[in-house]
Amino acid sequence: MTTEELDLANKAGVPARTDEGPVQYVNELTTLNLGPTHPATHGIFQNILQMDGEKIVSGEQTIGYIHRAFEKIAERRPFYQITTLTDRMNYCSSPINNMGWHMTVEKLLGIEVPKRAQYIRVIMMELARIADHLVCNGILGVDTGALTGFVYLFEEREKIYEIYEEMCGARLTTNMGRIGGMERDLSAEAIRKIRKFLAEFPKVLREFESLLNRNRIFMDRIVGVGGISAERALSYGFTGPNLRAAGVDYDVRVMNPYSSYEDFEFDIPVGQSGDTFDRYMVRNEEIWQSLRIIEQAMNNLPEGSYFADAPQYYLPPKQEVYKNMEALIYHFKIVMGEIDAPVGEVYHAVEGGNGELGFYLVSDGGRAPYRLHFRRPCFIYYQAYPEMCKGATLSDAIVIMSSMNVIAGELDA
Amino acid sequence: MLTNEEVAQDIIRKYENAVGEFDDPFGLLTFTTSRETIIPVLEYLKDHPVYQISFLTDITAIHYPDSPDREYCVVYHAHSLVQNFRVRIKVYLTAADLHIPTATPLYASANWMERETFDLFGVIFDGHPDLRRILNMEEMDYHPMRKEYPLEDSTRQDKIDALFGR
Repeated sequence: MTTEELDLANKAGVPARTDEGPVQYVNELTTLNLGPTHPATHGIFQNILQMDGEKIVSGEQTIGYIHRAFEKIAERRPFYQITTLTDRMNYCSSPINNMGWHMTVEKLLGIEVPKRAQYIRVIMMELARIADHLVCNGILGVDTGALTGFVYLFEEREKIYEIYEEMCGARLTTNMGRIGGMERDLSAEAIRKIRKFLAEFPKVLREFESLLNRNRIFMDRIVGVGGISAERALSYGFTGPNLRAAGVDYDVRVMNPYSSYEDFEFDIPVGQSGDTFDRYMVRNEEIWQSLRIIEQAMNNLPEGSYFADAPQYYLPPKQEVYKNMEALIYHFKIVMGEIDAPVGEVYHAVEGGNGELGFYLVSDGGRAPYRLHFRRPCFIYYQAYPEMCKGATLSDAIVIMSSMNVIAGELDA
Repeated sequence: MLTNEEVAQDIIRKYENAVGEFDDPFGLLTFTTSRETIIPVLEYLKDHPVYQISFLTDITAIHYPDSPDREYCVVYHAHSLVQNFRVRIKVYLTAADLHIPTATPLYASANWMERETFDLFGVIFDGHPDLRRILNMEEMDYHPMRKEYPLEDSTRQDKIDALFGR
């Protein structure tokens, strides 16, 4: 058999018959369909992998399975109704999305939010970040066969959700806060729960770390797997823990502080090789830093109002609506979406669970955005996935995807 | 610390009439350029020894059906992580000729951003390695973020804006 014939046979993926005897399979690639519904993808998206035996030669992602056209829907909705859309993007850390959206609109409207509301927002955002990282790291353990740590962490995530419930009544799709501040103040019960969480959670996290961090089996599975250089990561638009794992200390909270982040002292953990182990360690360390921030915010919580003095944008208290004419008018106008925003364009970014979550809002002076674009960190960095798992095995590809924390809701929007 | 003014002056000196409409809404330097100069401008800002605006934050588009010859606006957000300086660059296109060169040779991340913009608005990025729809299905024969595609079923009688005094 000539080389040309062999090449042709390889390309066609058919067994090549040689004169010397039985059928030989020469370098045949297998197409493996990972997803869209696969327990290891943690969401609905598909990866078509070309496998040479156990090694991945190339990959291609198909996304859009839960595309819900949020940007289009937002063009018909008054500003306050868009908060519920942001919930459903990164549903592991909804409060960060909510607050990011509120801050974008406040920037456009020129509302200055009181210090107390900003601190409450910081507390909620950091709790959300902890919940987000807990899910990612816990599931990374599950994907490597370590279910125990995951169960420990999910009990704690439950406690964070109880704090959410205290703040907004919901657990997953929180719709927390309002344009102009928070919907309600920290209640005594919420403060008790946050204090209890701050006191009890470090012990559980230390236990989780002692289960996994230096675990030989766990390390063998993730050290040196799915590495990416800082240069490639930046070119691919990585942000958040995945970029910091590659060694770039870019954090929106520090570079462009919002909601009083400049008041708090915390470190930005960075990795070196950008591999799965670094991503895991960076997320773990960020949980500790988030705890530090929450503790500082709780200890220095300013007195004062939890919402801005902006009656035309901030829904009045219900008792006022029954008694006060102006409150009734504003209530009606806000609920019916009759409030016009000024003309302008705003880009506002917050540090989401996965990186820079940006809102690009163009207003033409109407009741709804003329154009709203979400910069979704997942969507942008998931492009790098085939490059990161090239040459790795299938089981490596699973942990790489898991450690990148790709959330389908944020991917598709 | 870079100021919007000094970067704007430098860009005007270099590109003269090819750039214009300088503005800084909410402190973010914004300007408009043509599709012939967008890639040179991005490259200049990226390779500039001081600015180092080498992080592409976002590419998206806006549809203005009522402004003739400027129906589509492709918007680039770039960021210098060294100087902490952001810039927004706009390119207006006419509906008859929706072509713009791709930024993928400069930024790997531009790949999906441009595919998304193509999918939602139908802007064609010349030279893109794989310009296919990304969020919607291949069979779709329209670009849903254009203003002419209504969100709601247009035959519905219960959601007419006039009934609500809008």
